[in-house]
Amino acid sequence: MSAWIAFWKKEWMELVRSGKFFILMLVSALFGIMNPAIAKLTPWLMEAMSESLQESGIQVGEVTVDALTSWAQFYKNMPMALIVAVLIFCGIFTQEYQKGTLILVLTKGMSRRKVYGVKALTCLLWWSLYFWMSYGITWLYSGYYWDNGTVSNILTTAALFWVFGVWVFCLIVFFSTLCFETSGVLAGTGMLLLVSYIAGIFPKVQDYLPTKLLECQALLTESAASADFLPALLVTVAMTTAAGVTGMFAFDKKKF
Amino acid sequence: MDMLKISHISKKFAEKQVLQDVDFTVPEHAVYGFVGQNGAGKTTTMKLALGLLPADQGEIFVNGQKVSFGENPANRYIGYLPDVPEFYPYMTASEYLHFCGAVTGMDDRECKNRTEELLGLVGLSKERHRIKGFSRGMKQRLGIAQAMFNRPRLLICDEPTSALDPVGRKEILDILASAGEQTTVLFSTHILSDVERICDQFAFLHEGRIIRQGSMEEMKKSCKEAGFEVELEREQDVRRLLQRFPGGTPKGRVDVSYGQGAGLKMEEVMAWMAQEKILIRKIEKTGLSLESLFLEVVGK
Repeated sequence: MSAWIAFWKKEWMELVRSGKFFILMLVSALFGIMNPAIAKLTPWLMEAMSESLQESGIQVGEVTVDALTSWAQFYKNMPMALIVAVLIFCGIFTQEYQKGTLILVLTKGMSRRKVYGVKALTCLLWWSLYFWMSYGITWLYSGYYWDNGTVSNILTTAALFWVFGVWVFCLIVFFSTLCFETSGVLAGTGMLLLVSYIAGIFPKVQDYLPTKLLECQALLTESAASADFLPALLVTVAMTTAAGVTGMFAFDKKKF
Repeated sequence: MDMLKISHISKKFAEKQVLQDVDFTVPEHAVYGFVGQNGAGKTTTMKLALGLLPADQGEIFVNGQKVSFGENPANRYIGYLPDVPEFYPYMTASEYLHFCGAVTGMDDRECKNRTEELLGLVGLSKERHRIKGFSRGMKQRLGIAQAMFNRPRLLICDEPTSALDPVGRKEILDILASAGEQTTVLFSTHILSDVERICDQFAFLHEGRIIRQGSMEEMKKSCKEAGFEVELEREQDVRRLLQRFPGGTPKGRVDVSYGQGAGLKMEEVMAWMAQEKILIRKIEKTGLSLESLFLEVVGK
């Protein structure tokens, strides 16, 4: 147990002392505040620009914003927030391989499963903290300025995007057990995402693909039902579990 | 008892045969010099012993326990120092050692005591800065401290002195020599004078094969049969010496070397020089050094 705790503490110390903790918190807060802020500022911006727009022949009517505008902005920004988090965490294993720091830990008799488990859980925990903090800030501000009650399925929609993020982070962990370089991890993860996107062209499979979860904001306006995402959710959970377990066995036999 | 038994190990990387039927044992409490040129297969042998790579053939035992690739329970007996040890740069030396103890399951108090003890041993007890500012020599000393932290039965050091300046080298050799009193040390290097200084046994690895092994004592005994070198004060005495004792080879203006084949005893030459009042600067047995032995067996 003490090995678990020691390695866990080390991962947290690394995040804090390398400055990654502050970057993640700052970006998460920024993305959280940006959504209601943009929604709130939109009428004012339109009004300020109306004169010049009128001169160009564009008639600006009255712009009304509500909680839905803020949440729509949230789902526009979240893919970018996910990319930032991926870039911060993609070297969680490979940086240790390249520097050789993990060899000293493993040759002390620390179990490979423990190392894998702590690193995978660190990714999962940080993605969760990062995503739900951003969600929480948007929820608070949107509720303060407008009424979250007018928007449907806020929590379900967020949960679907969070699951998509968990899948992406699991892919990072999985490819980290196969590759020695960060570029390999990013290429592997990016390629699977691309395959999922391209496969989405075919109507027969598109409902089963993890990237289908990125369309979750349709739930906010009830233009789609929760059940429409169930096949994609189940496939994503199954793929995440498979990647996690396969990665664990691959790490057991990784050559250093 | 053998602390490390490497039994008929072979290893291939793609088409390259890196190790071929490597077979040697390291007895308990030995300081064992594992000598070979760069690329001879020393690091691969050590990584096999640590379970970091799988062997194609053969078996390895540490303290009687079979080494397995991947999850290797035999690692609890081993302390490992790589050639260029790398640590978490955001930690201090004390934090790192404490972390090393905790991952091996030591309790907090034991970790603290051992950290203080080892930082003192390697001369880093006053160091409060983070590791990122450490010199190579300091990192090497911290490397030894982390390798010795859980009181290993076998300390494996992969070329610990090759990247250091003479002062750093001496410090590391002194620490390893003192470590040899408590544990078994397997020490790989291509610096033969380091082996002569601290090891009591050695093995030569060349192109993936063990070509010679034995104790330093045996090697030193063979020196008795070897020749000697004389350095004289005056040039004209060289001629006289060579007239009286032919078979010597002049090696400079005032130096003469007598090889094993000359069939001379050094004391006989010394007695004659004293009688003839020939001034000498230096007279020494040249014999077989580990270096000459190594060069001889690798055929250079």
